[in-house]
Amino acid sequence: MVNFLKRVFFVDVLAGLALTLKYTFHRVYTEQYPTEKPKLAERYRGAPRLNNDPETGETLCIACDLCAQVCPEDLIVVGSERDPDTRKKVLTTYTFDTSRCLFCGLCQEICPTNAIELTQDFELATYSRRNMVWDRTRLEQGWDRIDYGADRETASGRESSRYERKTG
Amino acid sequence: MIEPTILDAKEIEINMGPQHPSTHGVLRVKLKIDGEKVRQAECIIGYLHRGVEKISENRNYFKCIPYYDRTDYIAAVSNGLGFILGVEKMAEIQVPERAQYIRIMMTELNRIASHLLWLATHALDIGAMTVFLYCFREREEILKLFEALFGARLTTHAFRIGGLWKDLPPGFVEAVKKFTDEFPARVDEYEQLLTKNRIWLDRTRGIGVISAAEAIEYGLSGPPLRGSGVPYDVRKLRPYGGYENFEFDVPVGKNGDTYDRYLVRIEEMLQSRRIVEQILQKLPSGPIRGKVPRVLKPAAGEYYSAVEGPRGELGYYIVSDGSTQPFRVRIRPPTFISLQVLDRLVRGHLIADVVAIIGTLDIVLGEIDR
Repeated sequence: MVNFLKRVFFVDVLAGLALTLKYTFHRVYTEQYPTEKPKLAERYRGAPRLNNDPETGETLCIACDLCAQVCPEDLIVVGSERDPDTRKKVLTTYTFDTSRCLFCGLCQEICPTNAIELTQDFELATYSRRNMVWDRTRLEQGWDRIDYGADRETASGRESSRYERKTG
Repeated sequence: MIEPTILDAKEIEINMGPQHPSTHGVLRVKLKIDGEKVRQAECIIGYLHRGVEKISENRNYFKCIPYYDRTDYIAAVSNGLGFILGVEKMAEIQVPERAQYIRIMMTELNRIASHLLWLATHALDIGAMTVFLYCFREREEILKLFEALFGARLTTHAFRIGGLWKDLPPGFVEAVKKFTDEFPARVDEYEQLLTKNRIWLDRTRGIGVISAAEAIEYGLSGPPLRGSGVPYDVRKLRPYGGYENFEFDVPVGKNGDTYDRYLVRIEEMLQSRRIVEQILQKLPSGPIRGKVPRVLKPAAGEYYSAVEGPRGELGYYIVSDGSTQPFRVRIRPPTFISLQVLDRLVRGHLIADVVAIIGTLDIVLGEIDR
């Protein structure tokens, strides 16, 4: 009998509706992504970076080639030459193909000097495939990527972004 | 005489997928229908084949691991664990206790996340959109935990051979505790929306019934098997990686229909939460990575390691020829095997029920096609 009355008066449906009504007065969970950048975890593995020594400005990479060997996709190419005076290997070129990267983090794990590092930067979209292969300058300095207008005023000295030009 | 047209046909063959939102990926189902009734269903797979097994033959054991995150990308942690446990068995590597506990904790959180995604999309397929939004809210919390510990949300590359990459970050235990404390109330919300809802009952009860004997014959595992009342769980029967230290129940269903499988998965989430709570109480301190040789050359032989993934028994059959690379890796994907039961389940049901049945099998095409 009780079950019958519950069925007639739509108790099961109303219980669900009461719950959704409760959430109408609740804090909104949605993140406003392009305008509000999410704060990513410290360990997040995003865009690669080749670190320089903050004091001398010289690269930390000792061209040991371990990152290239450990990479599952073989996408790191380390170019080096031997300094005739010190008999040490010196880094000349370094390319990193982000289009094939799995972001597994094995390269930064094995690096003995913390030279290659995957940063919290995650906006890697680009207009051409060629832009996905990062050379040494881009790895060291970061790249001038598309600014989706999050903090347009504060972006230092950056002219109107490519996105703006596209949309007019 | 009038030419017979398609309207006179007794059986019509239609395509569902590969770009159908309810096939959860790129599954193509050829349906033979008579009116609204489904007579036969044929699954056509392979649209997402990437050759993960073949790739592994050309990589050393350390490099293989990230690829297995990409087979069943919704349960990347369990997938990585299965392979790593296999390699550790082959090379006889001891894992420290703390690493074992953290591994189990993260695998169980992954099970919750996976079941939440299943519940969300399954309910969305059947027409309950609110559940989708609520489930993703909780899943987001788990993914944030993954991000804090592993450094990635989906393809986590969670564990390493011999232990973990890094120890828990500061504040992590409190964050997990906050999640486990809040979680039962959230499950109550899903149940309030679904369990007694008449539409949900009509759409799931008596749909896709499979008996226990038949489920065993088909080789099902995981919730599709337990929904039929068989308490088969690798964690209980062949404990691996320290599961024998924890208490949990294996929920089983009675009727083997979609509704029972739903109840089983809801209860499994709560049981996973129970395991996580036990780990938080007795998390030992100590090292997180055992001794692993720099060049890993397991002795030649054949090894099988199985874990209970969110979708069922996830096995890795690894053949070593004594070199640094596996000679052959064969994955036993749970949903590849549950998918073959689809034809048996959909016969006689309506087209709309096919959506519910595909949902209840909880397939992931990345794993089926590999």
